[in-house]
Amino acid sequence: MTDLLRFATAGSVDDGKSTLVGRLLYDTKSVLADQIEAVRRASVDKGLATPDLSLLVDGLRAEREQGITIDVAYRYFATPRREFVLADTPGHVQYTRNTVTGASTAELAVLLVDARYGLVEQTRRHTAVLALLRVPRLVLAVNKIDLVDHDEAVFAAIAKDFTGLVRALGYPTDQVVSIPVSALHGDNVVERSPHTPWYDGPTLLEHLETVPVTGPEADAPLRLPVQYVIRPGTVENPDYRGYAGRVAAGTIRPGKSVVVLPSGGTTTVQAVDTADGELAAAGAGHSVAVRLTDDLDVARGDVIADSQRSPRVTSELDATLCWLADTPLRPGARLLLKHGTRTTQAVVTALHDRLDTDALQHAATELLEINDIGRVTVRTADPLPVDDYVVSRTTGSFLLIDPPSGNTLAAGLIGAPQLHLDPPSDPPPTPGP
Amino acid sequence: MTAAPPTTATALDALGVLESEAIHVFREVAGEFDRPVILFSGGKDSTLLVHLAVKAFAPAPVPFGLLHVDTGHNYPEVIDFRDELVQRLGLRLEVAHVQEWIDDGRLVERPDGTRNPLQTTPLLDTIAAHRFDAVVGGGRRDEERSRAKERIVSLRDAFGRWDPRRQRPELWNLYNGRHAPGEHVRVFPLSNWTELDVWRYIAREGVELPPIYYAHRREVFRRDGMWLAEGPWGGPRTGEEVATLSVRYRTVGDGSCTGAVESTASTVAEVIEEVAASRLTERGATRADDRLTEAAMEDRKREGYF
Repeated sequence: MTDLLRFATAGSVDDGKSTLVGRLLYDTKSVLADQIEAVRRASVDKGLATPDLSLLVDGLRAEREQGITIDVAYRYFATPRREFVLADTPGHVQYTRNTVTGASTAELAVLLVDARYGLVEQTRRHTAVLALLRVPRLVLAVNKIDLVDHDEAVFAAIAKDFTGLVRALGYPTDQVVSIPVSALHGDNVVERSPHTPWYDGPTLLEHLETVPVTGPEADAPLRLPVQYVIRPGTVENPDYRGYAGRVAAGTIRPGKSVVVLPSGGTTTVQAVDTADGELAAAGAGHSVAVRLTDDLDVARGDVIADSQRSPRVTSELDATLCWLADTPLRPGARLLLKHGTRTTQAVVTALHDRLDTDALQHAATELLEINDIGRVTVRTADPLPVDDYVVSRTTGSFLLIDPPSGNTLAAGLIGAPQLHLDPPSDPPPTPGP
Repeated sequence: MTAAPPTTATALDALGVLESEAIHVFREVAGEFDRPVILFSGGKDSTLLVHLAVKAFAPAPVPFGLLHVDTGHNYPEVIDFRDELVQRLGLRLEVAHVQEWIDDGRLVERPDGTRNPLQTTPLLDTIAAHRFDAVVGGGRRDEERSRAKERIVSLRDAFGRWDPRRQRPELWNLYNGRHAPGEHVRVFPLSNWTELDVWRYIAREGVELPPIYYAHRREVFRRDGMWLAEGPWGGPRTGEEVATLSVRYRTVGDGSCTGAVESTASTVAEVIEEVAASRLTERGATRADDRLTEAAMEDRKREGYF
């Protein structure tokens, strides 16, 4: 069985991220002859001696003109072991919101740094976002290792700094791997480099191919947001009523005792349907239609949940916001909040602080501006069945939407998680891959 | 290096993940929009879309209709297939004929005879006339590099335009389809599928396609490095020699600019083998319209194209 890994890349401008992605596609033979030819032609036009692999991924005209990546680009490649969906996220400071976008669905993130400069402000900001969004695994690609003479000491120092940073952010350090690479020359991307004999860890691709695809655990409490009620009302199916949704967490099976929230009615699962027939069980990610034993009033926006371990139902949320809009957050503003399959009115009643990603401290603030991360309290018009984000990415997340324009203003994570912001002077951990 | 994997009772394989994602997107469309429509040409991607829509709402019928923007430059096999499928599934099909726009002067035929770019106006006019608010298409991000930057649910302004610099961030699986009156969204449930995924899924599900996707003998002529067929859009010019070859189509678009590829792949399994070994992308191999400029697709999308 071929499985699928979704991963994201992030890095600052000029870290060579597009080149790394181009190299990954090129060396896995995922780039076809007409694409290579187009890159060759464009490279010649730009007066370059060798093909510029970054041209493979910079899609929009403005990106090619300015030589920067503006928007998240999705790339696809496969090896015999695995299919990959790559969200290539831009490093330019004003587009950090795209890192949030790419990271929100990723099971792993590859963060790039330039070996000559190590961790820079952008790295800290991106790492804070990746840690906050609980991307299950991180890879630090220390790029341009050729420009520091493939020096092991340089690599070790950067890897050590990074481990310290993720530890300070409360992220599990055993989910972090650092790899010395040269995207330009291909060292340790797909092929093992002869220039880094001191490095005995996996190449980037080896790591991507072998790392477990993390899904919500099968024994996690069931969460199934109802998207749509299927009622054929046809001669063949006059009385069928199926609650359609995608399992967000846990496992659903016939006979399971469930609660429908926010109303709180309890019943059992009669059947788990798909167009291909009934299932004995369905796990996270599976789109199904659920029939219930009792005739409850269930509609889009409701959540079918484990009756023993159910989400809390509340209209007041402590949450962390990643502010994504040009106009700052004004506490008291009336907004829309989209949680699961329900959209309701909301007011940010308090802005507690913002995260200073350089000092790794919470700081007092009057407003949240674009790219800021802040802790808030939100009151909603309707009660919502919620979990903390660290428990469930689906029932723990929401959008804030500007009612007149419909624009997405913020990514919200329920639970205002304590980031365990230890001082950066914490005793340094052991370095190394 | 890493912790043991958490166990998932009923883990989905790659195609299962893609299928569930597409079904989830269709159900969001049904739940959030008043007047959705599926763009359906009878090609493989839009046929797959309809197949997934049927699965998303079974045992109820698909709660939307279909729309075909017909360039008039068709392969009869594809139109027959389209009509047969619509009838078999009991779906509603609206056809916008590019020819009608040309006949009454709203559009002018291009000097090169290609009608792919002419589809934008009839598409936008039909969306406006029917007040469609969600237009579901078979576009895939792996097709072309401006499509690689497309959202799954993507806003179009009142003029149908796509502005790549003002796209909304798309977070988790929370699709924000809010729009003002007159605006609409385009929805791409197959965003994360590759050409190979499409074919493997067609094989697994036994999805029927128009016969021209499989190898057959056809009279073709060479132009711009592609094998074109004679049709209502014209035929070989002086000096363009006609040959009878075993070919198949990797994409099906306007006949004047869609090339056939030489192939002996007459079954799904043989097509999968051929696609897996191909050294050209499907658009690079078969679409003249994408070769016009470096950003041909980006420009068409900005104007409101699929």
